[in-house]
Amino acid sequence: MSNDISLSKAPAAAAAGEPAGETLLQVSGLTKHFPVMGGFPFKRQVGTVQAVDGIDLTVRAAESFGLVGESGCGKSTTGRLITRLLEPTAGTVSYRGQDISHATRKELAPVRSEIQMIFQDPYSSLNPRQTVGTIIGGPMEINGINPPGGREKRVRELLETVGLNPEHFNRFPHEFSGGQRQRIGVARALALEPRLIVADEPVSALDVSIQAQVVNLLQQVQREMGIAFLFIAHDLAIVRHFSQRVAVMYLGKIVEVGDRDSIYQRPRHPYTHALLSAVPEVELEGEERERERIRLAGDVPSPINPPSGCRFRTRCWKAADKCAVEEPPLIRLAGAEEGHLTACHFPEEPTIAARDEDIVMDPALAALEDVSDRPQ
Amino acid sequence: MTSSTETTVSGPPGEPDETTTAADPAVAAELVGRSPGQLMWLRFKRDRTGVISAYVVGFFFVVAILAPVIAKLYGKDPYTLYGQNEPGLLNDFGYPIAPNGGMSGRFWFGIEPNLGRDVFTQLIYGIRTSLGIALAVTIAVTVTAILLGISAGYLGGRVDYFVGRITDLLMAFPAQLFFVAVMPVVTAVFVSPVDETPTYLRVVALITVQWFLGWMGLSRLLRGQVLSLREREFIEAARVTGASSWRIVRRELLPNLVTPILVQSTLMLPTFVTAEAGLSFLGVGLVEPTPDWGRMFAIGGEIYQNDLTYMFFPGIAMVIFIVAFNLLGDSVRDAFDPKAAR
Ligand SMILES: Nc1ncnc2c1ncn2[C@@H]1O[C@H](COP(=O)(O)OP(=O)(O)O)[C@@H](O)[C@H]1O
Ligand code: SF4
Ligand SMILES: [Mg+2]
Repeated sequence: MSNDISLSKAPAAAAAGEPAGETLLQVSGLTKHFPVMGGFPFKRQVGTVQAVDGIDLTVRAAESFGLVGESGCGKSTTGRLITRLLEPTAGTVSYRGQDISHATRKELAPVRSEIQMIFQDPYSSLNPRQTVGTIIGGPMEINGINPPGGREKRVRELLETVGLNPEHFNRFPHEFSGGQRQRIGVARALALEPRLIVADEPVSALDVSIQAQVVNLLQQVQREMGIAFLFIAHDLAIVRHFSQRVAVMYLGKIVEVGDRDSIYQRPRHPYTHALLSAVPEVELEGEERERERIRLAGDVPSPINPPSGCRFRTRCWKAADKCAVEEPPLIRLAGAEEGHLTACHFPEEPTIAARDEDIVMDPALAALEDVSDRPQ
Repeated sequence: MTSSTETTVSGPPGEPDETTTAADPAVAAELVGRSPGQLMWLRFKRDRTGVISAYVVGFFFVVAILAPVIAKLYGKDPYTLYGQNEPGLLNDFGYPIAPNGGMSGRFWFGIEPNLGRDVFTQLIYGIRTSLGIALAVTIAVTVTAILLGISAGYLGGRVDYFVGRITDLLMAFPAQLFFVAVMPVVTAVFVSPVDETPTYLRVVALITVQWFLGWMGLSRLLRGQVLSLREREFIEAARVTGASSWRIVRRELLPNLVTPILVQSTLMLPTFVTAEAGLSFLGVGLVEPTPDWGRMFAIGGEIYQNDLTYMFFPGIAMVIFIVAFNLLGDSVRDAFDPKAAR
């Protein structure tokens, strides 16, 4: 099923045109299913978690690409597939034209240093028994990199780059605060001078007051060093300042992707509308009108048993019969900008201005109503 | 952020964004980081019970190592039958003539009834034997547990399954009964029944049977630790930079397992001392004339109605040793893991 979709989508993506900038990362039909084991006395597979189900995306050199979706949508799994911490069930990940989907550790070695990762939890991402110097210098040691002036000098430079005291390279992680730890994580990712960094919710575990500073650091790093970022976030607020292109993910699928302005000002997918209305202060330049208000209730359905057809239909206020039987392809809608793709049968108006009536979704009530009676 | 982190945080200057608790000038002033190991050592040194226990345990090990030197200075050995060679030490029934089991300036802890050997040298040599065997078992068990536990936890899948089932199986064995039943078998494998079993072979057999049923607890504990560590992001961070599994085990996992390994082996050693003593007491341990701590209880048990003093010193020494070692183990654990309740 997912293969069909990605095939039918490929021409659409091509039609969107290949914009400037070397394609660094090309992901197509990427799928990851985790087996669910159960049963007694003999364990066997009783189902699959369809964490990521046939997604396509492209990241160009020096570009920042945002991946947004609620918790449990498969964003981290996508990031881990791209950094090859996980092996895809289907689909391909190619880096600079080289297919690395099933590469072994040895085969990966040449590109290892070019794809790095920043993790979500600053407390579990640093080994408590290693000094900061060992943590940041480790990647260089593993890859046999001997920078001029020695590794220690380079570690000090990196500490300075991320805004930490270079004299602290002998300290242990427990002596730093969350924000400082995350800076150490950034320094570690930079140690190998990568060309692509997958940042998996790098600030969502931090204090709100510190988030902006770490985002600024990442932005500075991205611009000054020309590193491409796949920036994962669970809301659209942080990505807005950071990413040139944004993909919105829901339950293992990309439901909308496009340039930042296009996504933030002319969103078409109902889910994107819902996410945007949750962003506290998206001020639109030159737009004084009141913004629409949508409140999504309930949680993301289980990826073990995702809804048929459109996966968003259990929470969508526009869902109709067609949505339950036919999966909407990710295509460029009429009037949409180049590269702006949406997967929806009944897309919303390309505006985020206030509606006549706020949408407040309560899945319990929605289930009682006859779905087909709703206006389309 | 946990409260324990909060107190040790000392933010570097020029980092205004972090609300670090750098209020303590003493903490902020020092620039050298303290490793978790150093912090553990500082905590341990503050624990008086732990320090005293460490000295007591150390004393036993010193005695064991220096037993020949002590015996030489003392002027006697554990083999000579003083009571039989010299008249006037044992009476016609084979019991010491002098009160309190024959204690005197010459025989500090008295004389063994019947054979008439010196109790003091017997005890220090016995401690030497027992501690040596227990230490060897502890090392063998720890190494095995590290290998199997980490393999099971890190590799998972089939390896984990087989190690797990073997663990279950061996844990179901009644250990003491197994030792008693198997010790003669193990020795018989190497020596024909008509020959005298050499002492070293008995020692090897003792170590082997205890090792065989000793490693499962620690192995299971380490497997669990590895399972939880494996999910931590720093392992993934190492893999993203291209680290091999071997490097991850050595550099990322092992340093985080030092605590349970140290604590558990500290608590394990005294149990092996008592187990070995138990085997000797039951007559399947070391035999005469090799001095042995446990066998002194066996002899003591036969004669306690007529000469209670004989049992006194080995018994007191054993009690002190076991208590001190367990207190030490508790202190080490508290020092490593201050959050764990006593
Ligand atoms: N190793 C795994 N085994 C089984 N299920 C997993 C595993 N990793 C993630 N999942 C499941 O896949 C789904 C997506 O997870 P994740 O990628 O972490 O989402 P996100 O990062 O968007 O919150 C979740 O339902 C999660 O439970
Ligand atoms: S396809 Fe249907 S259910 Fe899915 S988002 Fe569009 S309108 Fe809603
Ligand atoms: Mg995540």
